[in-house]
Amino acid sequence: MPSTPDAPAPPILDVRELSVAFDAAPVLDQITFSLPAGASLAVIGPNGAGKTVLFRALLGAVPHTGTVHWAPGVRIGYVPQKLDIERDIPITGRDFLTARLAVERDATERPDIAAVLRLVGLSEDTSRKPIGTISGGQFQRLLVAFALLGNPTVLLLDEPTAGIDQPGEERLNAMLHRLQQERGLTILLISHELTIVHAYATHVLCLGSGPAFFGPPSILTPDLLANLYREHVSVHAHTHAH
Amino acid sequence: MLIDAILLPAAMAAAAGLVGCFALMRRMVLAGDALSHVALPGIGIALALGIHPLFGALTMLFFGALLVWTLEDRTRIATETIVGVIFSAALAIGSMITSGEDLIDALVGHADAVPWPEAVFGLAATALIVWFIVRRRHELVLALVSRDIARTAGINVRRLDLIYLEMFALTVALGLRYLGILLMGSLIIIPAATAKRFSKDLTTMLVLAAALGAGATILGSIVALWLHRDPGPIIVAIAAAGFLSTTFRGAAGSGA
Repeated sequence: MPSTPDAPAPPILDVRELSVAFDAAPVLDQITFSLPAGASLAVIGPNGAGKTVLFRALLGAVPHTGTVHWAPGVRIGYVPQKLDIERDIPITGRDFLTARLAVERDATERPDIAAVLRLVGLSEDTSRKPIGTISGGQFQRLLVAFALLGNPTVLLLDEPTAGIDQPGEERLNAMLHRLQQERGLTILLISHELTIVHAYATHVLCLGSGPAFFGPPSILTPDLLANLYREHVSVHAHTHAH
Repeated sequence: MLIDAILLPAAMAAAAGLVGCFALMRRMVLAGDALSHVALPGIGIALALGIHPLFGALTMLFFGALLVWTLEDRTRIATETIVGVIFSAALAIGSMITSGEDLIDALVGHADAVPWPEAVFGLAATALIVWFIVRRRHELVLALVSRDIARTAGINVRRLDLIYLEMFALTVALGLRYLGILLMGSLIIIPAATAKRFSKDLTTMLVLAAALGAGATILGSIVALWLHRDPGPIIVAIAAAGFLSTTFRGAAGSGA
């Protein structure tokens, strides 16, 4: 059957009435949104709003009600927020990345570890050190490299630039944006950096104590941000500056 | 004689070293050690029923591993607490239903000629454990770094946990004759702990832990033959001495 040119493409992610509760306390309540392929969703909200829980629910890692539907064939790359790694654990960055390639079932397109390391700006020497001994910023880059090795069509990034210095942060953001342009990646990003949200996001999901808001970045009005962050007046002022 | 008194235990110890590397990195040393206690009631019941103690130990260890696996997922009380309580109780129950000499044999092992079916079982189980660790090491690495990103890489983390725990239980059962269930727990942990101190990458740690386990067992078995003593305590004492010497060496190095 020929496709209708005007028919909207089916969403790559469709979330309906997603709720998560821990010990009967609601963390996420009736979240509904859908994303087209190639979109950049910024998830914002104060600490404790359930942003990381949302990502874990999208991955199927926490029990939830409602539905999370990914388009068929989606390959997810996930960069978690922070990991508790023992300093003396004898696993190098290379061990970690090699393990990712070794468990890959689809061997048709196998990325090169050295090329991915160059892409995220991590040196060969650093990749051969135990992962517990490298800096927080270097470890974040390693996690991004890990996610890219899976040839993802969707990237879930939970504050990927936390702990990375300013030049590294800009380079990582630019790299992610370039990858998105080149490969048509869909990106879901948790960020407290509203400048990044305004620069790269096509959609925004605001989580807070009240109902969630979903829409284009233009919904981020000063009133909404002030209501969302309450005491975080500086964020309000910062947004005005841009 | 050489095969059943030295080479077979050495192969088992090498397998124990490999299993121990991941027990150590997964921070389940205490849970693993406590799991070994659960074999004791099984041995007691098997002896009372007149069947081979290995069957009783294997059955109880299988269900013990299943219990740890279930508790890890289903309860909010710290796993270590529950494991400690349940398996200490298992040790108490086992002590009640096992007679004096049998109890000591089960706890610390004894040197005997190994009947061939037991030797075949030991070799097959050792090969299975080594195969599992070598083949699944990449999945085990990803699951211990982050369970969430392991999931995104297509790994069934819960199933991997269960298989690993059952392999751990099988390793404990392997040590029944030579080391006893208590000392086998030590041989899983000590060589891996020593190897960890000298290793900067996974391959080094795995190779070193297997070699140290096998080395301590060969040396301990020879000393035991020479002294006409049971090998278990001597093997574990040698492995522990190795670990302690690296600790003192490390302390001296850091103080310099």
